[in-house]
Order: sequence, then C-alpha cells, then structure tokens
Amino acid sequence: MRRLMLPLCLLLLALATPGMCLDELRFYLHSDPKTFNPALVADPDSETIRYLTGGVLVRLNRQTQQLEPELATAWKVSKDGKTITFQLRQGVRFSDGTPFGAQDVQFTMTVLMDPMLHSPTGDAFRSGQGKISAAILTPDRISLTFPAPVAGLEKLFDQVAIMSAGSPKKEMAVLGPFYVAEYKPGAYVALHRNPNYWKHDDAGRALPYLDAVKLEIQSNRDIEMLKFSRNEIHLINAMDADYFDRLARSAPDKVRDAGPSLDSEMMWFNQASEASIASYKLEWFRSRNFRQAVSLSINRDDLCKVVYGGHAIPARGPVSPANKYWFNTQLPQARFDQEDALRLLQEDGFRLVDGRLVDRGGHPVQFSIITNAGNRSRERMVSMIQADLRAIGMQVNVVTLDFPSLIQRISEAFNYEAAMLGLTNVELDPNEQMNVWLSSSDQHQWNPRQSSPATSWEAEIDRLMRVQASAMDDKTRKRAFDRVQEIVADELPFIYLVNQNALVGVSPALQGVVPVAARPQTYWDIEHIRFSVERANNAN
Amino acid sequence: MSLWRTLAKRLIMAVIVILVGGFLSAVLVRYAPGFGTDERQLDARLSAESHQAIRDESSAERGIASYYVEWLRKMSRGGLGDSRSMQKPVAQLLMERSGITLRIVAESLAIAWMVALFLVAATWSTHSAPLEKTCTTASGLLLCLPAGAVALLLILLNAPGYLALVAVVFPKVHRYLSDLVGATGRMSHILAARAKGISEHRLLLWHVIPAIRREILALGGVSIALALNAAIPVEALCGIPGVGQLAWQSALARDLPVLISVSLLVIAFTVLANSGADLLADERRQPA
Amino acid sequence: MKIARMVAIVVVSLITLISMGGSLLPGFDYIRQDRKHFSEGPSYEHWLGTDAVGRDRLARLIHGTRVSLLLAPAAAWISVVLAFVVGAAPGFAGGVTERMAKAIIDLALSLPWFFLLLMVRAMLPLNTSPAVSAAITFSVLGLLGWGVPARILLARARRLRQSEFVALARAGGVSHRRLFGVHVLPNLLPVMTAQFWIAVPVFILAEANLSLLGLGVAEPLPSLGGLLRDLESGLSVRSDLCNFAALFVLVVMVSSLQVAFMKHEVS
Repeated sequence: MRRLMLPLCLLLLALATPGMCLDELRFYLHSDPKTFNPALVADPDSETIRYLTGGVLVRLNRQTQQLEPELATAWKVSKDGKTITFQLRQGVRFSDGTPFGAQDVQFTMTVLMDPMLHSPTGDAFRSGQGKISAAILTPDRISLTFPAPVAGLEKLFDQVAIMSAGSPKKEMAVLGPFYVAEYKPGAYVALHRNPNYWKHDDAGRALPYLDAVKLEIQSNRDIEMLKFSRNEIHLINAMDADYFDRLARSAPDKVRDAGPSLDSEMMWFNQASEASIASYKLEWFRSRNFRQAVSLSINRDDLCKVVYGGHAIPARGPVSPANKYWFNTQLPQARFDQEDALRLLQEDGFRLVDGRLVDRGGHPVQFSIITNAGNRSRERMVSMIQADLRAIGMQVNVVTLDFPSLIQRISEAFNYEAAMLGLTNVELDPNEQMNVWLSSSDQHQWNPRQSSPATSWEAEIDRLMRVQASAMDDKTRKRAFDRVQEIVADELPFIYLVNQNALVGVSPALQGVVPVAARPQTYWDIEHIRFSVERANNAN
Repeated sequence: MSLWRTLAKRLIMAVIVILVGGFLSAVLVRYAPGFGTDERQLDARLSAESHQAIRDESSAERGIASYYVEWLRKMSRGGLGDSRSMQKPVAQLLMERSGITLRIVAESLAIAWMVALFLVAATWSTHSAPLEKTCTTASGLLLCLPAGAVALLLILLNAPGYLALVAVVFPKVHRYLSDLVGATGRMSHILAARAKGISEHRLLLWHVIPAIRREILALGGVSIALALNAAIPVEALCGIPGVGQLAWQSALARDLPVLISVSLLVIAFTVLANSGADLLADERRQPA
Repeated sequence: MKIARMVAIVVVSLITLISMGGSLLPGFDYIRQDRKHFSEGPSYEHWLGTDAVGRDRLARLIHGTRVSLLLAPAAAWISVVLAFVVGAAPGFAGGVTERMAKAIIDLALSLPWFFLLLMVRAMLPLNTSPAVSAAITFSVLGLLGWGVPARILLARARRLRQSEFVALARAGGVSHRRLFGVHVLPNLLPVMTAQFWIAVPVFILAEANLSLLGLGVAEPLPSLGGLLRDLESGLSVRSDLCNFAALFVLVVMVSSLQVAFMKHEVS
C-alpha cells in the first residue's frame, strides 16, 4: 500500500492542479461537414472546418477588410493581371511535421484547377479557357500564371487552404491553427491545436491560445439558444433577432450586435420568356414602373423594426454598407410612398376598382411569392409584404416551399411568379457575383441564360461587369461596379429589402472575440481567442 | 409442418411487400418536385460547366426502374450505393446511425406501453371515473402538443429530447387500449364473472386481455411503425444523429440511394413487426 | 356523470358558437397588422396580445379554431371510413382479401408519403386561395391517415369473424350483409370512435407541419396547427402565457368532445 501512496498522491495532485483542464472552445455546426478536403468545400459547415484548419497564403482580415500576409510574406501581381508571384514563409511545417514549400502551393493549385473538380474555390480562378501554369522559382518562391486576367486575384487566395504534396495524411495534414483530431458523424468534430503552427504572439508565445475546439452538430436553433444560455457552448454565429433580444434582456453581456452584415434579403419577379405564367403577368413584371411601385409600397422600416427588432437596416442595393470599399454611398435610400406607387401604376394603365388593382385588360393584379419554408424571419417578412401590397390593391399569395422544390421552380422549370430569398455568406469582391449580373448566366435569376441581353440596361450591366473583371486597378473596377449598383437601384431586377445585422452570442468567459460583419463573424481571429483569467480561476 | 409452411408463406409475402414497397418509394422520390436539384445551383461562384456537372450527377437515377434493379443487384453484393448529399457510402451511414435509432425507439416504446398499461389497469381496478377522465385529458393534451414543443420542453427540463417519441406513441396506445378494455369489460361473460366475485385483477389478466390479445398484438405492431415514423421529425428536431435524421436530411436533398435504403429498412421493420404480431396471435388461438 | 356530459356539451357549443360567430363581429380582424404593438402581451385593444407581426391573437385564435374545427373532423371522418373499407371489411372476409389488405396497410404505414404531398403541392396552382389550399390539405391528410386504424380494425374484424356468436349466427342462416351490419359493425364502433378522436388533434398538428412543404393553411388565414407551431419558438424566445391559448382551446375542445359524445362510462 505504501508503494502506491506516492503515485496516488501525484495522480490526485495532477487532477487537482489548476490549468490542467483543456481550454476547449465549443460551438455548433448546423449539419455534418460534407468534406474535409479543402479543395471541395462548398457548404458553410465544411467551410468552418477549412477556416479553422487551413493555412492560406494571404488572409483577408475580417475586421479591416484588408489583405494580410500569412504563409506568403510578400506577393506581386503582374501588370497584365495574369501572373502572381509569392514569396513564401520559411521554416513552416504541416501538422504532421512535413515541411511546407513551393511544391505544396503548386500541388494545391493543380488540384484546385482540375476541371473535373467543380468547386466554388477553383471556379473563382477561372477567368478564361486554358490551363494555369506554376513555376517554382526557388523552394520558397513560386509564380502562378493564369490564361486570362483575374480580377481581385490576390484576394481569392484567402479561400485556398494549402495542401501537402508529400504527406501520407494527404488533406488531413494542415497548416492552420487546428487540425481534425476526431470526427463522430452526426455528433461532433473535435479539433486540437496544431503543434507545428508557425504563428506566435508579440510576446513570443505560440498560437493559438486555445487547446481545442469542439464543434457539435446541432441543426435546431432553439436548442442552440438553450445550450448557449446554459453556458454549454461559447459562441453563436448569425443569431436570429428574436433570440438576440431575449438573451439581451436576461444576459446582455452575452450578445453583441456588430452592425449591418454583408447579408441581404430580396425579392424578384420572374421575367424569363420560358416562364409558364400568363403573358399579361409577364408584361407587369417586365415593367419598370410596376417593379418600382412594388418597391415603393414595401415599408422597409417596418420590416427592420418588426421582423428584426431594429437589428437591420433598409437595403439600398446589392451591396451592404458593411462592404466598406464596394458599397456605393451615392445610392438613394429606399423610399416608402404608396401614393407615388399608385401614380406609377396609373402611368402603366393600372386602376383601382373597389379597392382591387386591375390592369389595362381588366385583370386583377394577383400574383404569388414563393420562398423557402422554415425561415421564420422570411415568413414574417413575406406576410408583411403581403399586407403592404394589399393596401395598394394587389393580392399576393404566399407559398412556402421546401428548398429543392424552390430551386426547381426558379432554376429549372421557371414556373413561379415572384420569389423571395436571401444572400448569405457573401464575398466582398463583386467579381464573385459575376454570374448573377451577366445576362447569359444561369444565375441571372430574373431572366437567366439569355442568348443576347433582353434590355439595354442588362446589356450595359454586362459591359460594366466585363470592364470590372478585366481592369487591374481598383478605381476603374469601383467606378464600373458603382454604375452597376445605380442601374440596379433604378431598374430593380431585384428588390432589395433589408441588410440584417450581424447578431452573435459570445460567452463572457472569452477574450479576444471581436464580432464583425464578414463571416466568420465571431471566430475570424481564432488564434487570439482565449478564456479569461476569471474563468480559469473559477475552475479551481 | 404446417407452422413451417405458414412461416415460409409469410416470409415470401413479406419479401414481396418489401421489394414492391422499395420500388414504390423510389418512384415517389424520383417524381417528387425538386428531384435532381442541388443547393449548389444557387451558388453564384460556380461556373456554367460546374452547374451542368451538378445537374448531371443525378442523371443515372432518372430511369427509375433500371436504377432500382441495378440498386438491388448492388445490394445483393453487399453495397447500398453512395449518398450524394453526404458523400459517404450509404451502408456506412446506416451502420453509424441505426443503433441510435433502435435504442431510442425501443426505450420510447417500452415507456409508452408501460405507462399506458399501468393507467389502463389502474382505471380498470379502481373504476374511478375521475381517473379515467384525467387519463383521457392527459392523452388528449399530449396528442395536441407538437412534437417539437415537447422535445424542447424536455430539453428545458434537462431530459433527453427523444422522449418526445413517448408523447407521440403513448396517447394513441392508451386511447385504443382503454377503449378496447372498456368495450370488452362490458361483455356479458365478464359481467357474469364479476357478479360471481372474481377479482378485478384476475378478470383483467385472465379474461379481458386474452380476449383482446389479437388487437393488442396488432397495436404493438403498428406502434412500432408509429414510433419509427415519429423518430424522423423528433431526431431532426433534436439533432439526434440517428436514421430518422438521416431520412429527413436525405428527403430534403432528394438523396435517392439513402432514401431507398431507409425506406426498405422501415418497410421491413413494419412488415416483420405486423407479421410477427399476427403469427403470435394465430399461434395462441385457443381451440374451438 | 350526466353533469360532466352537460358541462362538456356546453363547452363544445360555446367554442363552436364563438369560432363560427366571432369571425362576423367587427373588431376581430385576423389580418390587420398593428405594427406599433407587435409581440405584445394582453392589453385593452388586444385581449390575448399580438403575434410577431402585430395581428390580434384572439381574432386569429377564433378564425383558426373555425378553420381547424371544420376541416379536421372531416379529414378524420375520411380516414375512419377508409380504414373501415381497407381494414374491417377484408378482415371479416378473410382469405386472400385479408392478406392483400394486410400488405396494403403495411405499405401505407411505411411508404414515404412526404413525396406524394410534394407532388400534390406541385400540381396545385401557386395562386390557390388559402381556403382551397386548407381544404385540400386536410383531404390529403384524411386520405393518407388510415393505416393505423385499418390495421387494428382488421385484427378486430378477424377476431369477430372467428368468434362463437358469429359462427352461431351463420349456422342460423343469417346473411353476410345482416351479420356484418347488425352484429359485427357495432363491435367495431369503439375502435373507429377512438380513431376519430385521436385523428382530429393529430391532423390539426400535421397541417402545421405541412406548411414546410407548401401545403397547409396559407397566409394570412390562421389555423390552430399554425398557432400551435408558434409554441416551439415561444418556449425558447418568449414565455408568455398567451402563447398557450391555442393549446388550451384545442385540449379543452378535444376533451369536451370526447366526454360529450362517449356513450359508455366506466362503471
């Protein structure tokens, strides 16, 4: 027994010693990540894993929205915009100890640019036909040449997590602050700190401060809210306004409103020739006056107040004011003026008969708005829009559909009249939205796949988007895209409704969390997040 | 010998029903709106070629009859195909999740039946009208509560959310049982036995329940089907990584390989449970 | 127990009168959005408070009760009739008919009807009025909800077929039709009645879940199921007793109906 005393005492001492417990950050993913391969990431949960584990050449600082060096200490884009040369950081190793060098960047770009991959990250680089060539100039210097100029080229590398060319662990060997230690499908993903992570803080201490991150998988937002209020998880990203206000009343130190996010809600009318809707309705939807009248009849201030509890602002256009560089500050505020709306409709031959709006042909103005079911904010907004349009004599039917049915109607069958959706996870650079604005594209939602632009303003938008895609200086690009925003605000192919605020939940036990508009809103600076001293003391 | 023949006949019938059911499920999924679509079709970052490739991913599934035959052929060799939405083999997904669902369904069924039987027995023994009305109101209340609300309430009370299954199964089981017992209790031979002084417990155990054993077994069979179907929304609501959650996510993604596999599982369980109940009921039939 | 039945009948009548007649009264506008007073508790203007977009909760409760009380029992009746046709009749007939019925019921219990509901939605014009959409929703629920009672009715009918009194009646020359209608059917009624009372609240709740598929009662028309669905967010967001008004009405209504129309009492 005496022989056991010392080891037992040591064991008890070890268990009782403060600071031995893991600093583990916990928050939820809303579904299983579809892949751990950074080249294939297309869903938000896989993107979370990529952000936390991937090492990138340059990082967009989500707070300043400026590029910062990471695995590349310097970079230069050629005058023709086709070549970018990176000077790589030396002495860096992957999480399994494999050294990092130019061959890994070459390997990553080769994988990414495989035409069979079909990944959003890879497609963002595709500016023209032809292959990318990578020239390894020295072991820590590489030059990448694209077949055509790529607008905002260097910023795209924020999404490219470098993979190892030689590690036996393949894509599981990472350069980011954490690596995937365990994955239990349907339950959680456990990340542990990368022992070979290259970054240190100003005092020379190795980063990240946290020992681990546990991402449990939970799709139910009500349960997420409950667990957060019980301190079982530490962060909530993109919280609903309802939950935010409730928590703000009971625990104001747990919630933060970071101001307008990059997200927006919008609606649009189906203007496609193949649309299986009545020709007189197609005529309404193609009328600028009609669209303007609908926009003027929607009380956006009420939407912000009622649906978002004041945590949103009326949207002015396709870009949120949170996008500091690209937002056109000259755009007019969206107006609410139902009398002006009726005047515009009268110009097009509409008139009120017994409180119902009818067109020239005597057809009562009635149309449906489809949106996805299960989104409470959107369902409330569409209910309020229905009431607003009823005031000017329009009868609106609201139909909530499950997502695949919705996608089929708006992307394949075109059998819908109006739709309401939101833009989330929006990139800062407008070039990533190229496919929305080009009239020939699949994503030109209101009238996709046009063989030639149906209207002069769409032709002008096509031209301007090509200008901004090929221009190498940001000022030219900004001028072109500012003009696109003006045209959109005037013609209203999309009627932008609100920009909701970035509402997040942050445990008071955490330090170093600075919520921002761009995603990931809370853990964008994951390396510097730590638990507070009080929490460490409370653990004693 | 006749028992084996009966078993063999039932087994053949069960296999036919399962295979036909699997095909009907596949047809329902194939012709449902949204089949072949993918959320990535709304991703503006993807090129036109990528969008076309996404649309082509489900092209093999469009000819449903040939797809189903091919799928059965693969199944006979031990494969269930790959899930498009989860990008994993279906067999792996089912192996990871079925244990969880079986456990919560079994637990919930056991609790629901025990409570229902206890309350029915208590009402029978005490002949208490207030007790009977209270049970009616309680089961009525549970019928009126959405499963999501029950699950949330349970989590609020630090109880497992999956016990919402009990709230789904119990009121139906209790309602049928109490009406069956009540109706049987009014039969003349029961009244006569009571008049002769036989105790309520003996009456219930030896006379009433044997008389309605076939219905009870049938109810047992359908309660399994009820619980399996209810597991889908409950698991989806509570984020429990079982087969129910898999079924829900796959339904929203129109993931045909997963849905065929899950449907076959559910149909197989239902058919076997109900056939088993019928078999037991027939075997225990007393000679005339 | 006569008192209990009297009270139940009075409660049922009151709820029915208020839900049918209340909609005719001015001031009970379920559509108007009072955006200055949204998500509020009870007040002089809004006795049960307002919902998330400022609509009067009491008005929506009255209208929602009317919609659900008219349509859910109709759907329950359809499901009971179908259960009888598919379950009881083959169960009494026996043989191949019974075996086929069992197979059909097993399939009905386990097929993914979710996709059929999606097809129904796809076939309906997008501009279907909320009232028609509601009626179609409940009809579909009735047409799909017969599996469980059919199984039990089949088992019961089978037992009756093999019972002594039926054998006696057959031996006595009673025709099949008379045997079924006069002797067997009354013995099946308790199960059918139980199914009916279970189905009413189940269909009311199911209708709310169908809004995820684009079916269900469309805005701005309220339904009890839709109001009950709001309970889920009410629990986590706002614990206001008025959230439970719809639940209270439904429980009281269903319990009262059962007490009022139950012929037999525990003796």
